[in-house]
Amino acid sequence: MYCNQRPEKPGVKKGMLEKINNMARANSLWVTAYGTGCGAIELRPLGTSRFDMERFGIAMRPTPRQADVLIISGYLATKTLKRVIRVYEQIQDPKYIIALGSCTINGGMYFDSYNTLNVLDKYLPVDVYVMGCMPRPEAVIDGFSLLMQKIKDGRAQGWKHYKENLDYYRENQKKIITDWDLPDYNW
Amino acid sequence: MGNIVSIVLTILGALSWGLLLGGISRTVTARIHGRMGPRVTQNFIDMWKLFKKTSSIHHGGMFWMAPMFRITGAICVLLMVPLVIGNSITYNMSFAGDIFLVIYIMFFGCLGMALGAGNSGHPYAVIAVSRGLAQMSSYELSFSIAVVAIAVGLKTFRIEGIVEAQQAGILSWNIFRFPFASAGALIAFLPMQMAYPFGIVLAPQEIPIGPPTEYSSRFLSFMFSGRALFGTAKLILFVSLLFGGASNWISLLVKTFLLYMYPVVVSSVFPRFRTEQSIRFLWFVPTSLALVDLIRVML
Repeated sequence: MYCNQRPEKPGVKKGMLEKINNMARANSLWVTAYGTGCGAIELRPLGTSRFDMERFGIAMRPTPRQADVLIISGYLATKTLKRVIRVYEQIQDPKYIIALGSCTINGGMYFDSYNTLNVLDKYLPVDVYVMGCMPRPEAVIDGFSLLMQKIKDGRAQGWKHYKENLDYYRENQKKIITDWDLPDYNW
Repeated sequence: MGNIVSIVLTILGALSWGLLLGGISRTVTARIHGRMGPRVTQNFIDMWKLFKKTSSIHHGGMFWMAPMFRITGAICVLLMVPLVIGNSITYNMSFAGDIFLVIYIMFFGCLGMALGAGNSGHPYAVIAVSRGLAQMSSYELSFSIAVVAIAVGLKTFRIEGIVEAQQAGILSWNIFRFPFASAGALIAFLPMQMAYPFGIVLAPQEIPIGPPTEYSSRFLSFMFSGRALFGTAKLILFVSLLFGGASNWISLLVKTFLLYMYPVVVSSVFPRFRTEQSIRFLWFVPTSLALVDLIRVML
């Protein structure tokens, strides 16, 4: 289902209730089960008894409708970008992005590849980067802890930034996606 | 006035107890897997978070109404079963209907969910709904035969009457007086709770989460609360039918807790049936068991 309306700019919420909401958001992070690169392999052990992400309230969801977090797990190919944009925009607010690995930061070992994006936050608002090639599950959990702290402090505002600066992101996205056929915003 | 207060407290209490039991079951499942598991209050946190997310996706009228159907069905079942024997305030609206009305309303809530999921148009939801309805028609059969066997044996269809007939000690509980019907009903309880090996509706490896695939945010929050309420209502119904009801609040909590742990433990150690295996099993095994007691009381 598409929506052709541009998103409304979200207001600023403060106060005790918002703090409670942020506590709930930080302790219940549902992740879209979607892997873009080799880092998806490192996410699997998180569910096992050795690392057990469920103890932090983190769970995998099979659909972006129900998720809060999108993990860009490693290199992002130019062809995948369109799908990632669709998935990200279908996630309901508030939503967060964790980017794994060197590839999302500066292209990593694919820095001069013709089909891999180099700097992810030109195209999508990244809340937390986790460095490494690839980051171990411990590092991913550390990234989640950082995201949880940012949410509690009210600093994980990437989704607001995306809506407020949609033109900037669209311009960059359209440079990569030459056969652009998406509406202004889709959920 | 006292009745209205009792109804509100019953609903809130059942919701909290259902969510807490869900949290405990997640922890127990995690411990069986050798994991630490989430905190027991995780379901409350999840529900709160979902309620505060934006809801910009919807797919039509029935999609909106489905969570309401489910909650309505759950509340009706909850209010028609007496909670604590002898405490007339907690009988709520149990005068209003007998056991057959309760079984009908249990179906009503699930049917609303099925219509809403069908309205969402997602193929996985539609597959799950067709599986769920097929499975429901098979376990309802054994459950209904078990209930008829008990009702005929005790010569009453009123839930209060069934509870009152079990007050002469543990051996007067229906699970001992009607062992085969109880076994049939308890097997039917597993698919009712969507427990493995009958968990073909949610089946995460095939149809990721089944009916609520398209549901998000507040819709999903309402779904969760409906499920928690429905779960508690079914537990109280089974305690009233088979385990002598509850003579006080502690007895109610202990009995519902132990009964809730039965599908959790079974679910943790069993793999999942395929759809046709599940339905074939439910048509034959629990139905035959329930029929044994029905024939016994008819003779």
